[in-house]
Amino acid sequence: MPDATELELTAQELRDVHSESILDTSFHRDRATLIANPKLIREVLGHLQGKGYTMIASLHGVDYYPEEPRLGVLYEMLDMKRVDRISVKARVSIDDPHIPSVVDMFPTADFPEREVYDMFGVVFDGHPDLRRILMPEDYEGYPQRRDFPVGGEPVLFTYNEEQGYGKYA
Amino acid sequence: MSTGQQTPTEQQSLSEEYRRRESSITLSSESAGQGETHELLTINIGPHHPSTHGVLRLLATLEGEVVRDIKPIVGYVHTGIEKTAEDKAYWKVIPVVERMDYLSYYFNAMAFCGAVESLLGIEVPPRAQYLRVIHLELNRIASHLVWLGTSALDLGAISMFWYTFRDRELVLDLFEMSSGQRMHTRYIQVGGVFEDIPRGFERKLRQFLKLMPTRADQYADLFEKNQIVIERLRNTGVVDRDTLLKLGVTGPLLRAAGEPWDLRKAHPYSSYDHFDFKIPVGTVGDNYDRFRVRHAEFYESVKIVEQALDGLPEGPFITTDRKVALPPRHELATSMEALIHHFKLVTEGFRVPTGEAYYPIESPRGELGCFVRSDGSAKPARVHMRDPSFVNLQALEPMVKDGYIADLIATLAMLDPILGGIDR
Repeated sequence: MPDATELELTAQELRDVHSESILDTSFHRDRATLIANPKLIREVLGHLQGKGYTMIASLHGVDYYPEEPRLGVLYEMLDMKRVDRISVKARVSIDDPHIPSVVDMFPTADFPEREVYDMFGVVFDGHPDLRRILMPEDYEGYPQRRDFPVGGEPVLFTYNEEQGYGKYA
Repeated sequence: MSTGQQTPTEQQSLSEEYRRRESSITLSSESAGQGETHELLTINIGPHHPSTHGVLRLLATLEGEVVRDIKPIVGYVHTGIEKTAEDKAYWKVIPVVERMDYLSYYFNAMAFCGAVESLLGIEVPPRAQYLRVIHLELNRIASHLVWLGTSALDLGAISMFWYTFRDRELVLDLFEMSSGQRMHTRYIQVGGVFEDIPRGFERKLRQFLKLMPTRADQYADLFEKNQIVIERLRNTGVVDRDTLLKLGVTGPLLRAAGEPWDLRKAHPYSSYDHFDFKIPVGTVGDNYDRFRVRHAEFYESVKIVEQALDGLPEGPFITTDRKVALPPRHELATSMEALIHHFKLVTEGFRVPTGEAYYPIESPRGELGCFVRSDGSAKPARVHMRDPSFVNLQALEPMVKDGYIADLIATLAMLDPILGGIDR
């Protein structure tokens, strides 16, 4: 893990190239996080890729309800040579949940980006095949958002099977 | 052959004849059109097909017997475990996440507990770390045994399945002894493990450790001395190291292609740096190497468990922090404080300071990472598992493209996807 100084240096490097790219940094319990501008996420990850963080170990979404902007996309970057990890976080709002896709730079991001789209409704612009991956194709709503209730799905029994659910309810 | 016995020369000539006929078939891509001779056929494999190792659906586009395109469709066993976890107190999440990758439950619990521990900033006692290692490696053996048996089943060899499940029973018996459960044991807790190993466990474990290498030798013989298995595995499903790295593939699949990446060595957790073991790597990255790498891990896991058992430190098996771990039962009768702690833990659970943590470990299938976000309450605000099966499944297309559909089944078996982990 980079220490707090190295994290700041990395952030400064990125700011030198793209002044708007890094909004903030956080260092908590040995976890170094760069909070990036979602519009420049490709530039930030591209720079880190050039620095040796060649793999996205994990890509996941988080709903920070009630904080704004609510949604977060997290990229856990991994440098396999130095065995070093840094995480990049980009926050997008519910009203405009758009972020550029990084599938062409990191082919591993394909399924995880689809999962974040499926669960949180974050639209990855430029993704070659952005469809739901775990939920049914015709499902409405984004189940991992914090305002989606657990058990928000009616259970179908014989007495209510006529009513159905989802789009045709 | 009337006797059923073949001399080595006869075997050799049969193999050469097979290879000769095989090489006469061209795999070169001819423009697939609508014509009478080459027409593309799209077929659906699964979701309920025994060789898909769960409920995986594959849309395969075939030209004759050659796979030209494949699309995996997942989500049939999506049960919203990550969502459910947000509605449970931290320690009640453990049995829920254990059910993701249902063959490596200790690993799921370990990744989650590790993430929570790093948020809490608590130390795990050395004895607990060693006990965790013992159970994790036993679980790795059990998981690989299921993979070996079911893979052999897909290749048409049924006897291997009975043998591997016979030995898996021995591991499950050990789990039952130490935790009371055979599967989904909930043995690993935040701060340590659920209970110390019982009397007689060590003797039984040593018996198993003595037996397992000889059994692994037998499996190697069953596979290696079978010409059909070798023909089906060698040089099929080859994907080079760089493509695998780009696709984020980890675990035995990556190691089979020659990249010695193993988090137990690269970034040791839970005292893995105390043990002497090797990382098996392959050379070509074909299905045979994948079999070889996983098979060699049987021996390495046995070595790790032996060392952990020999060097098992004395001391507590769970943290003494009463805010996180339950007090010992006998204290409840005498200590009011213990009673309060017990009551608080069982009703509300413990609170975790605000923050985020990502804790990666090496599961039998690759990097299993758990992301936990805490908002300061007694329930996690977000739990996400980076399941290796989910990411590794992306490598299926380069593995099977422009190969035979029979090799697709072999490759899928050697890919070892667990749909419970993919769909969560």
